[in-house]
Amino acid sequence: MQAIRREIRFLLNDREQCIAEVSATDTVLDFLRIERRLTGTKEGCAEGDCGACTVLIGRIANGELIYETVNACIRFMASLDGCHIVTIEHLRGPEGRLHPVQQAMVDFHGSQCGFCTPGIVMSLYALWMQSPSPSRTEIETALQGNLCRCTGYEPIIKAAHAVSQYGTPTSDYLLAERDATMARLAAYKDGARVELSEGSDLAIVPADVDDLAVVLQEHPQATIVAGSTDVGLWVTKMMRPISPAVFIGHLDGLKQISSDGDNITLGAGATYSEAETVLTSNFPHLAEFWNRIAGWQVRNMGTIGGNIANGSPIGDTPPLLIALGAEITLRKGATRRVVPIAEFFIAYGKQDREEGDFVESIHIPKAAANTLHAAYKITKRRDEDISSVCAAFNLTVENGMILRANIAFGGMAATPKRAAHAEAVLIGQAWSEATLIAASRELGKDFTPLSDWRASADYRLRVSQNLFRRFWLEKGSADQTAQLVRV
Amino acid sequence: MNVQANTMKHTTVIKGAATTDLRHDSATKHVTGAADYTDDIAEPVGTLHAYLGLSEVAHAEIENIDFSAVLAAPGVVGVLTADDIPGVNDVSPTGSNDDPVFATGKIEFWGQPLFAVVAESRDAARRAAELAEVSYKKLPHILDAVQAIEAGGPCVTAPLKLERGDVETAMAAAEHRIKGQMTAGGQDHMYLEGHIAFAMPGEDEDVTVYSSTQHPSEAQHMVAHVLGVASNAVTVNVRRMGGGFGGKESQMSLFCAVAALAAKKWNRAVKIRPDRDQDMIATGKRHDFVIDYDVAFDSDGRIQALDGSFAARCGFSADLSGPVTDRALFHADNAYFYPHVRLVSKPMKTNTVSNTAFRGFGGPHGVIAAERIMEEIAYHLGKDPLEVRKVNFYGGEGRDLTPYHQTVSDNILQRLVGELEDTSQYQARRAAVLEHNAKGGIIRKGIALTPVKFGISFTATWFNQAGALVHVYNDGSIALNHGGTEMGQGLNTKVAQVVADAFQVDFDRIKITQTTTEKVPNSSATAASSGSDLNGMAALNAVEQIKARLVTFAAETWKVDPSEVVFAPNEVHIGDTRLSFNAFIKQAYMARIQLSAAGFYKTPDIHWDRAKGKGRPFYYYAYGASVSEVSIDTLTGEYQVDRVDILHDVGRSLNPILDKGQVEGAFVQGMGWVTTEELWWDDEGCLRTHAPSTYKIPLASDLPREFNVNLADWSENRELTIKRSKAVGEPPFMLGISVFEALSMAVASIADYRECPRLDSPATPERVLMAIDRLQDGEG
Repeated sequence: MQAIRREIRFLLNDREQCIAEVSATDTVLDFLRIERRLTGTKEGCAEGDCGACTVLIGRIANGELIYETVNACIRFMASLDGCHIVTIEHLRGPEGRLHPVQQAMVDFHGSQCGFCTPGIVMSLYALWMQSPSPSRTEIETALQGNLCRCTGYEPIIKAAHAVSQYGTPTSDYLLAERDATMARLAAYKDGARVELSEGSDLAIVPADVDDLAVVLQEHPQATIVAGSTDVGLWVTKMMRPISPAVFIGHLDGLKQISSDGDNITLGAGATYSEAETVLTSNFPHLAEFWNRIAGWQVRNMGTIGGNIANGSPIGDTPPLLIALGAEITLRKGATRRVVPIAEFFIAYGKQDREEGDFVESIHIPKAAANTLHAAYKITKRRDEDISSVCAAFNLTVENGMILRANIAFGGMAATPKRAAHAEAVLIGQAWSEATLIAASRELGKDFTPLSDWRASADYRLRVSQNLFRRFWLEKGSADQTAQLVRV
Repeated sequence: MNVQANTMKHTTVIKGAATTDLRHDSATKHVTGAADYTDDIAEPVGTLHAYLGLSEVAHAEIENIDFSAVLAAPGVVGVLTADDIPGVNDVSPTGSNDDPVFATGKIEFWGQPLFAVVAESRDAARRAAELAEVSYKKLPHILDAVQAIEAGGPCVTAPLKLERGDVETAMAAAEHRIKGQMTAGGQDHMYLEGHIAFAMPGEDEDVTVYSSTQHPSEAQHMVAHVLGVASNAVTVNVRRMGGGFGGKESQMSLFCAVAALAAKKWNRAVKIRPDRDQDMIATGKRHDFVIDYDVAFDSDGRIQALDGSFAARCGFSADLSGPVTDRALFHADNAYFYPHVRLVSKPMKTNTVSNTAFRGFGGPHGVIAAERIMEEIAYHLGKDPLEVRKVNFYGGEGRDLTPYHQTVSDNILQRLVGELEDTSQYQARRAAVLEHNAKGGIIRKGIALTPVKFGISFTATWFNQAGALVHVYNDGSIALNHGGTEMGQGLNTKVAQVVADAFQVDFDRIKITQTTTEKVPNSSATAASSGSDLNGMAALNAVEQIKARLVTFAAETWKVDPSEVVFAPNEVHIGDTRLSFNAFIKQAYMARIQLSAAGFYKTPDIHWDRAKGKGRPFYYYAYGASVSEVSIDTLTGEYQVDRVDILHDVGRSLNPILDKGQVEGAFVQGMGWVTTEELWWDDEGCLRTHAPSTYKIPLASDLPREFNVNLADWSENRELTIKRSKAVGEPPFMLGISVFEALSMAVASIADYRECPRLDSPATPERVLMAIDRLQDGEG
């Protein structure tokens, strides 16, 4: 019999919290600001885009205590069980001096109106813990999820470069407490399922993956909440009910990542950040692409499984996974079935997922010999933007002939989808620019894109066609001057 | 007395003097989260929350609103509609009586406030606001300025015409002539802190409103107008804003009015804070303009005549569209002399949110048009656009009169642009760009140098006044209050520096207090870049009054000539006597010297006759220039800004490091305006880019890869401004236009610069790619 607990337990700065009155839709930001009057954390957008609400969440992962930036506005309270949440109010440490990040921000004039500043300080704090003397690229990456409308960022970047002159992470108060914090968090783990509130507020935090399978059979219409980077907006923007909500972001059993033989297997609960290393080491072409998925906070929260399961036509990973020939394991109770990911997306808003099913894992074949890969994301703004068009290429070329072509697009149809006509033109043809151009002309048969605020139909089609040429220039002609190179 | 003076440690300079670098006075509070914004104020027990219900149609007659589900929703206390307004249902900042708090009868844009729900929590109010059943009778809607003109639609305010010389004759005689059109987009303010007002009822008719407004006096007057009470019953307080940029000049009045109405109706504190989507849908933004130009010029590129029309999407009401469209015309010359000129504004009424003030206030549209015209001429003649710019600069015999008949007497652009051209190595880099593009690769480059000349003063002359209140307490500490508001620009820091400097005391002796209508009445908006100019002078005036009394007191008491009373760093020297400032103030107090003064300032020498289109609307001009170099990807239209060099004129800066921050921030905001910040309405008139997920302002990674920003430290204001400084808030915004013109050059390389690309702003990657495609297809 699964033990059930009716409160969540977590650490807020240096205070232990045991809270029973938690509803499925309660956000961390409202808790901090309204319940605890910790008003240093700000609400700028309530959709995980501006970063004014950035806080750190500490959790035990693979036996280590790690701290990551998250957006408190779209993070739900129920997901905090067993975590350490650190807010801007905690940075000064017990003796009250400014933290090195704070002092650098003051000295380099990194704040003007100051409203985004606590969030920016938290992001730079997380960066400093990870990389005390960061490169320009690391700083920009850390700040992808933080908007500032006053400074133009220049003084913030200068401050970020200078932080190490003010102190090293070894002297940091939070890190000095690491062992004690780990012990406290470990003590929260009692193997119980957590059930909070009831009726239309019900939130369930399963004990483990098997318990999740049981819970979903008991509540087949439950909303599964992993990173809440999408479901969070259903609540904060659309005010949709999500109860019963089943929280899975904490499940270690869904975070397993393995790379053996010919396959990479990702637990569906692996976040973008957690999956980055295994994917970019096997597929070097993803290094830049991965960095352009959302912002840092969202990559720390959002999961690959969630990106697949919600079936969005503009998700970043589905086109990629389709092109790579990935499969997913769906589980209901003790029953599992494996589905090629390309077949999972049936129509807009409709996936091959039955009530009680959940995505358990994703299997990606490693790059085979003689394959050429690329992934492109086209957006209005380079970073932290949703794709106008997302394209992934996976071609097998032997002896100058294209043997296989797996090309998938996002943003071009109601689902992420392969470019079947274009692929057909490629197969069996010579690997040449002319072949790729000919294939690109078929795209109009594959797709009838929409016009919206991200891009017009004309642009979507045109840029998609041009990406075939880009692919040739990169892989066929190896023309390194054909790309914008970030310095 | 002398004993004390002799043992005192003398300092040679004060901390935080004017014209020195000093950090923002709230910097430590910002980085620790201790700086309080309106939403951070502790709520009294029983605080209620209001939330607006918005229309979901662009133009319609309201048939009925059924509130039964709203009122039955959990936590709801009641609903406010126009029927609950005891005064006037209007918050028009220009007295146009066309800005209802709540629509009655007719809906004029998608997102117009119809009612407010008041509930025990914000969440309850927000959820209940969705439950109203509104029935409409739809009417045809007009969404943009072109549609409005085609439909022969009305203007929201009287158009302006500026005219000088004989345009027709000059056009007919000219060697070259180009007609063209460009669209320059709007922009959302995207201040990180959205709109918010928090009202507390008082006794009698009193109400106190805490808000994030750039214009507390107007908010006060509007609340009084709506409540039907005298202004003296209403107090508006602003400690700080989380950004303003013009978006909180007139637009906050509605929120203040709703909070105050509810506070008085239920006799409880009431807060209203829209979410980001509602903030962006229901409140105004920068106008977008369609600009038509007809320009005549000679073979050197020197303009002979210009005929320009500036049509703006104003939205459903006048708001500030009159002065905004006026300012577009005032800046349609930017830095250039037009011998014969005619400029007209077309402030068109549309069924969209009423557009409002935004940093530059129409000026950017005038400037981007002038710069586009320079590019057109340069491509037509096959010249470097910089060469064309230079031959058209103001200056030289008979070439100093603006289209509004003000003489440009302080032009420093020749020197400033010359220095920037050298330090940025413009010529060598342009040659390198041309060479790069000649290779014909996928990545093309562009470089452009654009200047800005920006007129400083409110064109509504009466706004050019300010008040301040300075108290010296008998322990020598000082409290400073002025009518300006702090939105991040460091105004409070600068004004306190002025006071510190005038008294010769350390900056940290001065307590900066919240802006409140109780202390300084009838203040103007903190806008038009005027904050330091006006409030610094008003504060100085207050200090001078107190100092005059102190000098008289000292001269009489110590029996010295007034000229022998000197305010030295943290001391007062009276003949041979030296006293600490504190000791001296204590003695003045004991002698019953008044240690408080209200200061006042009005800008001299300005006047403007709108009907005649003549006058001197601006006290002076601020100048600047930027060079941007970009790379574009001709397969996708994506781009990056490789390098930017800026040289900007702030006169003799009150605080160089804060001014540099303004220049950098304004540039990046201007860059956003011309690149990725795109407002997109659907055919039904619903704004679909209403949150940062869909509306893209620059990120850290969008910054130029190399960014060199300098102030023209040799510049001094020729006018007697505070310490000979110049305004800085708006002028550098227009430096972002060099990014736009650099993108244009990169695109133009596709057709070997034979023609000026048809490129509208914002130049999104899509617009860049489509402009490339048109050139490749030979369509221009």
